[in-house]
Amino acid sequence: MAASSEGALARCAPAPEATGPASASFSVRITQLSHLFERDRPPVLDRIDLDVTHGEFVCLLGASGCGKSTLLSLIAGLGTPTHGSIEVTVGRPALMFQEPALLPWLTAAGNVELALKARGVSRRQRRQEAERLLGVVNLAGHGGKRVHELSGGMRQRVALARALAQDSRLLLMDEPFAALDAITRDALHEELTQVWAQRELSIVFVTHNVREAVRLAQRVLLMSSRPGRIIRQWQVELSQPRAIESPGVSALATEITQHLRAEISRHAR
Amino acid sequence: MPAERPTQTAQTAEVGTPTVADSRAFEAGLDALEVPTLPPRPGPGTVFVRSVLPPIVAVVVVLALWQLAWHAELKPSFALPSPADVLHTFTQMMSDGRAWDAISISVSRGAVGFAASVLVGTALGLAMWRSRWLRAALGPFVSGLQSLPSVAWVPAAIIWFGLSDAAIYAVVLLGAVPSIANGLLAGFDQVPPLLDKVGRVLGLGTAGRIRHVLLPGALPGYLAGLKQGWAFSWRSLMAAELITYSPALGIGLGQQLNIGRELNAMDLVIASIFLILIVGVAIELLFFAPLERRVLRVRGLRSAT
Repeated sequence: MAASSEGALARCAPAPEATGPASASFSVRITQLSHLFERDRPPVLDRIDLDVTHGEFVCLLGASGCGKSTLLSLIAGLGTPTHGSIEVTVGRPALMFQEPALLPWLTAAGNVELALKARGVSRRQRRQEAERLLGVVNLAGHGGKRVHELSGGMRQRVALARALAQDSRLLLMDEPFAALDAITRDALHEELTQVWAQRELSIVFVTHNVREAVRLAQRVLLMSSRPGRIIRQWQVELSQPRAIESPGVSALATEITQHLRAEISRHAR
Repeated sequence: MPAERPTQTAQTAEVGTPTVADSRAFEAGLDALEVPTLPPRPGPGTVFVRSVLPPIVAVVVVLALWQLAWHAELKPSFALPSPADVLHTFTQMMSDGRAWDAISISVSRGAVGFAASVLVGTALGLAMWRSRWLRAALGPFVSGLQSLPSVAWVPAAIIWFGLSDAAIYAVVLLGAVPSIANGLLAGFDQVPPLLDKVGRVLGLGTAGRIRHVLLPGALPGYLAGLKQGWAFSWRSLMAAELITYSPALGIGLGQQLNIGRELNAMDLVIASIFLILIVGVAIELLFFAPLERRVLRVRGLRSAT
């Protein structure tokens, strides 16, 4: 891998090792991916190599214009990369956006059930399974509510339940908590790490919030902007659950922020 | 891989690291604090004073002014009958069946014309939405037709179809179809592209996305178009009935109006105007308003009216 590996903090849980090409223990393998929006323009993404192993939590960190959201869309199959390949070994990935993107004419449970319906789950099972998944995100009993009757944090949890309803082993998240206030974001960080641990999901989480990345991920990848490249990575070996204000998270976030600032400053004329 | 592990014990033993139960209680507390609270519904007394009483007062004031104008004899009494005269004519029309006949003729024409407009308008809207070229070609004309008073079509319709039902329906269609087609297009345009993306992420195919995302998303705009389409149908119908007068066509509300004009019977004219107004408002209130309220309430939107 082109990026350097700089773990600064202690290892508490066994960190997943990078896998060799023969192994099928990865959920996603991205090989020499480059992507252009228009011909004759500089690429948005440039020669990205990335393996995400089963059960790994990876954060993609970068300033605006680094193509991190584009990369996520490509992994989700919403577009085809101009060059290179993306191999997803675990079926159709689930994807969460910055907005909850719930269908406002359906109830909370109805939104979850639509994901189940798309998978071909029978009507009776859909109802039960939706109720169970809403329980997983701590929304038991709220299934009958309409989207406008829920707070921002609750909507995003319904969106998480809907993503879980896809029953994918790979969850892609595009700045899902960026529009939430700090307290609610804290609650959702706890929620997400619990769900991740229980369900053995692989997660690729895009953010521009360094502390959030360190709070959540096992591995943080820093991307450069224009073109988007993975320029550095850190193994985060703090145990979960972590608190976002803990000294360990702070120390690593400070270090990563320096690199991020240096990368952004490079673009000053 | 790094070798140093300096802060390990401090991290794992950290005080205040939340347990699962802590997290759940914290989250449930946030939910309780953050759920949007809706203002309490006003009681029946408040509703009466705020929204029922004002229009009643307005009607009483208008009737009083009318009565005064009649007393002052601003116009000769054949041109300005008293409210009591009009009420008398009105009740007479109701009791001898003229009013009901006219209403049933006009409403059934209106219903058939509107149903045909819905079919044509929806098909046109769908075609324009599917084909960018068709939309670019027809869009300006469909929007332009919306602002053309449909009574302008009446002479042309009579020349083409004679004094017949076909002429009346042609005018109704030309009046209502553009609104319905435009409403459907506006509805589709209002569906956020992100929701279609969600459909793709969930694995819905094109048909599934149309059925579960696009159509329900477009419903408020489509409904607004249908509502406007009905209003235009009803207006066009009255314009057409007023002009295409022929004994063979039966006497609808518009033709009733024309009889009043020919007889110089202002009481009949005013009573007919009231009937046209009442039917239009009744259909709006009994059919479109509840439908629209339901569709908007589910989405957390408020009715524009």
